[in-house]
Amino acid sequence: MSEPIVALDGVTLAYRDRLALRNVHLVIAPGERIALIGPNGAGKSTLLSVLTGLLRPASGDVRLSGDPVADLDRLAVARRVAVVPGVTGLPFATRVEEVIALGRLPHEDPLRGPRPSDRAAVAAAIDRVGVGHLLGRDARELSLGERQLVLIAMAVAQATPVLILDEPTVHLDLRHQVGAMELLVDLNERDGTTIVAVLHDLALASHFFPRLVLLDRGRIIADGPPSDVLTPDRIRDVFGVDPGFVRLPA
Amino acid sequence: MTGSRVAIGRSRGIGDRPVLLVGLGLAALVVALIAGVGLGSVAVEPGDTVAILAHRLLGLDLARTWSDAAETIVMELRLPRVLTAMTVGCALAVAGATYQGLLRNPLADPYVLGTASGAALGAAIAVIIPVRFVVLEFGLLHGLAFVGALVSIYTVYRLSRVTGLAPLTSLLLTGYAVGSLLAAGLAMAMYLSGAALRQIFIYLLGSFDAATWSRLAGALPIVVLGCAAIMLRARSLNGLLLGEQAAVHLGIDVRRERAILLGLASLVTAAAVAISGLIGFVGLVVPHVVRLVVGPSARAVLPISAIGGAALLAYADLVARLLGEIPVGVVTAVLGAPFFLLILRRARTGYEL
Repeated sequence: MSEPIVALDGVTLAYRDRLALRNVHLVIAPGERIALIGPNGAGKSTLLSVLTGLLRPASGDVRLSGDPVADLDRLAVARRVAVVPGVTGLPFATRVEEVIALGRLPHEDPLRGPRPSDRAAVAAAIDRVGVGHLLGRDARELSLGERQLVLIAMAVAQATPVLILDEPTVHLDLRHQVGAMELLVDLNERDGTTIVAVLHDLALASHFFPRLVLLDRGRIIADGPPSDVLTPDRIRDVFGVDPGFVRLPA
Repeated sequence: MTGSRVAIGRSRGIGDRPVLLVGLGLAALVVALIAGVGLGSVAVEPGDTVAILAHRLLGLDLARTWSDAAETIVMELRLPRVLTAMTVGCALAVAGATYQGLLRNPLADPYVLGTASGAALGAAIAVIIPVRFVVLEFGLLHGLAFVGALVSIYTVYRLSRVTGLAPLTSLLLTGYAVGSLLAAGLAMAMYLSGAALRQIFIYLLGSFDAATWSRLAGALPIVVLGCAAIMLRARSLNGLLLGEQAAVHLGIDVRRERAILLGLASLVTAAAVAISGLIGFVGLVVPHVVRLVVGPSARAVLPISAIGGAALLAYADLVARLLGEIPVGVVTAVLGAPFFLLILRRARTGYEL
């Protein structure tokens, strides 16, 4: 078996007196497509922060392709893992292609700036995510959904083996939600990019992701194919709703 | 999807614009140098001006067609003054662009985090205390203004790290609080200053009246090295465009870069205000004007702002001198404010202030 691209072993992390992650084990193989699900405060975003080395766990081991993440500097992490940022304001007028080009910062020449290969990666990401029609516009004029796509394009331009998204569909209408999911499937299946996404929509998660990881109160409750993970009992216990509200694909 | 390549090519030829602008800016600087050295209460012929500069700076062996008085005016009075204006303009514009990028705030300028009030209080204290000493033409005023600017920014930075707020909000609010406190000290110093009030006032308005070679020699290395070091960190400023969290994921060590860039921009600002007083508007306006032309990338914004700021202050000082030595800060505001408003109106998108 190939070396896991992401491996968390016995990770525990506390915010002040609250345990945010308790003894989490998670192994992700290259080329997997995983959705992290769970109620608010379950520890999904904290898990992503630990995975990218933003937060250091109190105990446990976090590795990216076998290297402890604590030993990697920010640049080294940014060449392995791209994280789609939350939609934020921009302080200055910035054209769409200038935002997408930011994805090349970890690769470009630190003194001389973007190389031809960087420009090519930006053009490829624009085609791949299908945001060519937005070029030339100020990113601040775009709708939230369009901005979300531009930020995904930026992360794609970063061209890392792992792509992380935290609730990527939150600003999208239904059609664009499905479009974004299809894009993730395509990036995963055609380019072999490992995808780790936090999703709230259980139907989207179980339709588009072959492996779900269910968190609750800092623990991984279940890990596997959607049909195994999302049982009616778990939906009632973990999410506190009648399973009848959640229509899952058979 | 297929149209993207066409659209990239169409988008305002970003490739050659910065190069063209640098060329134009350098030409403007040369004109400013010759006009700034030649014009004034005693005009020196443009031909003589160029000849004196060529003779003294480039070492050309030219037949002397000019008077000794003209040479003294050019070399000892005007040239250091013009070069001081350029140095200060470069410093303020680069520091302004850096602060705006770091704080992600279009309203930021080099003075926003307390450097101005610290320098002003330092200068005022130097004026009112009955101690006088001068080393190489550096008086207590220059020394205390420089130290005051750096002490205040350091205080702001350290205090900002003990609040429970997000780093940027904390910096801005701490800067405001410390600035207010220092302003109170300045008001008290001015109240106590008596006849020396005018001297403090002149410092607050900014001027290149007292420029000399040795003062320039004190500030120039700090400004040149500081600006160069900032430009080498353009990538960090670019990473911060989308916020600190995004910058971390783009490979930027945000906490370290913020401290370094804040330190460099403040050092450059302190060197500028120590020799010129508080000249407003350059640090705010120049980076914005540059961004509207070349976009937000710090790789283009920083060097072009440096040239633009230098040229703007050289011309503003010339105007101030021709109008009978009015404060140069008045000229920058009168020139800068309407120009800024015009640019904002013409920009296709408004700024989210």
